[in-house]
Amino acid sequence: MTTTTQPASVFQKSIAFSRDFCMYTVKGGKVYYSWLLFLSFFVLVGLVTTFIQMTTGLVVTGASDQIVWELFVSNFIHCPSIASAAVLVVTPAYIYKRKDMKQLAVIGEAIAMVFVIIGLTFIIFHMGRPDRSWHAIPLIGIFNFPSSVLTYDIIVLNVYLVLNAVAVFYYLYKHYVGQPLNTTFYTPLIWFAVAWGPFIHIITAFILSSNAQIAVWHSALMPFSFLAMAAAAGPGLVIVTLLVIRKFTKLEVQDSVIDFFSQVIIWGVGLLILMFAVEFFTELYPATHHAAPLEYAINGHNGMNPYGPWFWSIMTIFVVQFFLLCIKKVRKSYNFMLPLLCISVFLSVLFEKPSVLIFPAFSPTPLGEYAIYRPTLIEICNILFIWAGGFILLTMVLKGVVGVLVGDVQDSSVAVEGGAK
Amino acid sequence: MSEDKRKNDIAEGQDDGATKESRRDFLKKLGVAAAATTVAPAATAKAASIAEHLQTHFEMMSDSQKEKAIARLEKRYSEQFEKQVTVANTPAPDGVLFGYALNISKCIGCRRCVEACVRENNQSRGEEDTRHLPIQWIRVLEMTRGNDTFQLENWHKGSPSSSPIGDYGVQSGGHADKAVGISGHAEHYYYPEQVPEENSFYFPVQCQQCEDPACVRACPVRATFRDPNGIVVIDYNWCIGCRMCQLACPYWARRFNWGEPILPNEDMNPKTHYLGNRPRMRGVMEKCTFCLQRVRDGRYPACVEACPVGARKFGNLLDPESEIRKILANKKVFRFKEDFNTEPKFFYYMD
Ligand code: SF4
Ligand code: SF4
Repeated sequence: MTTTTQPASVFQKSIAFSRDFCMYTVKGGKVYYSWLLFLSFFVLVGLVTTFIQMTTGLVVTGASDQIVWELFVSNFIHCPSIASAAVLVVTPAYIYKRKDMKQLAVIGEAIAMVFVIIGLTFIIFHMGRPDRSWHAIPLIGIFNFPSSVLTYDIIVLNVYLVLNAVAVFYYLYKHYVGQPLNTTFYTPLIWFAVAWGPFIHIITAFILSSNAQIAVWHSALMPFSFLAMAAAAGPGLVIVTLLVIRKFTKLEVQDSVIDFFSQVIIWGVGLLILMFAVEFFTELYPATHHAAPLEYAINGHNGMNPYGPWFWSIMTIFVVQFFLLCIKKVRKSYNFMLPLLCISVFLSVLFEKPSVLIFPAFSPTPLGEYAIYRPTLIEICNILFIWAGGFILLTMVLKGVVGVLVGDVQDSSVAVEGGAK
Repeated sequence: MSEDKRKNDIAEGQDDGATKESRRDFLKKLGVAAAATTVAPAATAKAASIAEHLQTHFEMMSDSQKEKAIARLEKRYSEQFEKQVTVANTPAPDGVLFGYALNISKCIGCRRCVEACVRENNQSRGEEDTRHLPIQWIRVLEMTRGNDTFQLENWHKGSPSSSPIGDYGVQSGGHADKAVGISGHAEHYYYPEQVPEENSFYFPVQCQQCEDPACVRACPVRATFRDPNGIVVIDYNWCIGCRMCQLACPYWARRFNWGEPILPNEDMNPKTHYLGNRPRMRGVMEKCTFCLQRVRDGRYPACVEACPVGARKFGNLLDPESEIRKILANKKVFRFKEDFNTEPKFFYYMD
């Protein structure tokens, strides 16, 4: 045996990797710091409001016995959308072997990882007793398996989180130390993660459609429309991220990649519009009591019409977005129209959740009441807190990822062929 | 109701009916009460709350763990409410399947049952002008006799008639314009001088103790489960407050503690059961348990006792001689929302 002790150095190197990675994420230019500072404002406010919510209870949110889900859940449902969209980055790279995307797949996985974390945070805020979360951890708690759909969701989300975290950091570590990937380990992992991606969204849809009480959610189309939303909003975020990366870092992102994702968005939004149309027809034409929540969302009830304006504007926005994206000139406007549209797709899918999908669905209640959801300021601050925290995490992780990919974060022994220290 | 009257009611409620407590239990409770007075309240509360956080699901605890958990609770509640509180763990009696029957032709909508339930089961009294609403497990729906969506003046308009787009045989006007599918209207916020109101009938709804409960299926941690007598119960210390059960229940029977429950010391009913009416904490679900603390002792639920017209009947579905079985055999019986296939053990009937 020589003195270059390999087994020990793997441990040392991963320590060094974590250190270098973290150091790199806290260094940056003016734009970087101002972005983080901007987000930190919401975090600071959110810390106070979180404290209030955690010590007073969910009474500080707008939820009631009539509308039992708050903004937290409607925002949560958006997160698997984005997270499962990682599949759309990884698949072309690894399954269709697109050269221009090979390096970018890890960015998709990092986005997936962060969005699962954001989603889980929303759930923590949604729980009345977050201090008892451990009751839902296998072995120390109890799992209502196989009955409760929520247990499946807990499983799929956590597995997806682990898969992506392992994939991301394994890839980065190997890049860091300048070794080739162990494909017998990495390739199956990636394939598995790709197969798993849609699950997190399908199961999330089942959480909704498994409730007999809420007729309007009884739709076999729900998982598919969720996947369509994932195909619209996910690549929207990916495009914006890639455009930012291309602008501010040395990492090369080819136009062909952006074009690929804008194609995906067209399909996503198009399918989404189709599914809305199909769903609305199925509900409204027979006009049984299943249609009551949808009627309420569109026209209101007895003069009470809190969601109608939202409904019509969101539907209009989807259609406008679709037609704009069909124009080639718009898709090629990398610095203005395209990112703008991407952000608007992201936001319209986000806002569709509370104002069309979730809150109107709760009326009429099982005993026939109609209710309006009124989010409270504390609740909104908490939502912004989670998003801001999530975007800080996303920014920093992606900064590190790019650092490794372009070689700014590298094991010193790789640069100077000197062996382990 | 005046405070004195209310206290009397509580006292009455506790005295009637046979309380079958073993002597050992009684002595144990005395011991606990003595201990409670000697320990500094703040310290015990804190220690109790840590221990409570670490305890497992009630059904999975060993007997000694259960005993400890109950002692802890009795001590804590006694300090908090400044009276001697007992938390029973009376087991489910053998060979009993509890069932409930409600005569809707008798119910007058006075809501005495609601009041009695709130008092008996230590529900949160709520605060006026805040979002801390009172919690009530029973809802009494007021409905108009006959079909209130059918309006006589409209009866002839609901045929093909002229519409804004012309005379194309399009069905419009009259009853053709009714809101989708919802026929009839029920109101549970009614405050008349006198009940029953003319032209109204009443339909109380509470947890139907389903045989195939949607709530139990939906709970991710089995915090809610069926006890051997067919009553669906909640381990308040195990519930994580995810509200999947509330969403699943087709009867709107579950109530969530959005904030810290408001239960004044003098209103608190000190005779409690672990799975029944013991004071709940913020962030957990609760619902009707057929007054588990009473029925496991062979007494009637509080709502049955409170009903002034005898519309409420309760008994053992397995006993062919019971009143409830007679009702099921002889009356016009139906169950609410049978299309949900939850198989309630709560029956409605008419004379
Ligand atoms: S009525 Fe609702 S709460 Fe009661 S057992 Fe049935 S589903 Fe559960
Ligand atoms: S709120 Fe409690 S009882 Fe209801 S499903 Fe969640 S953990 Fe179970």
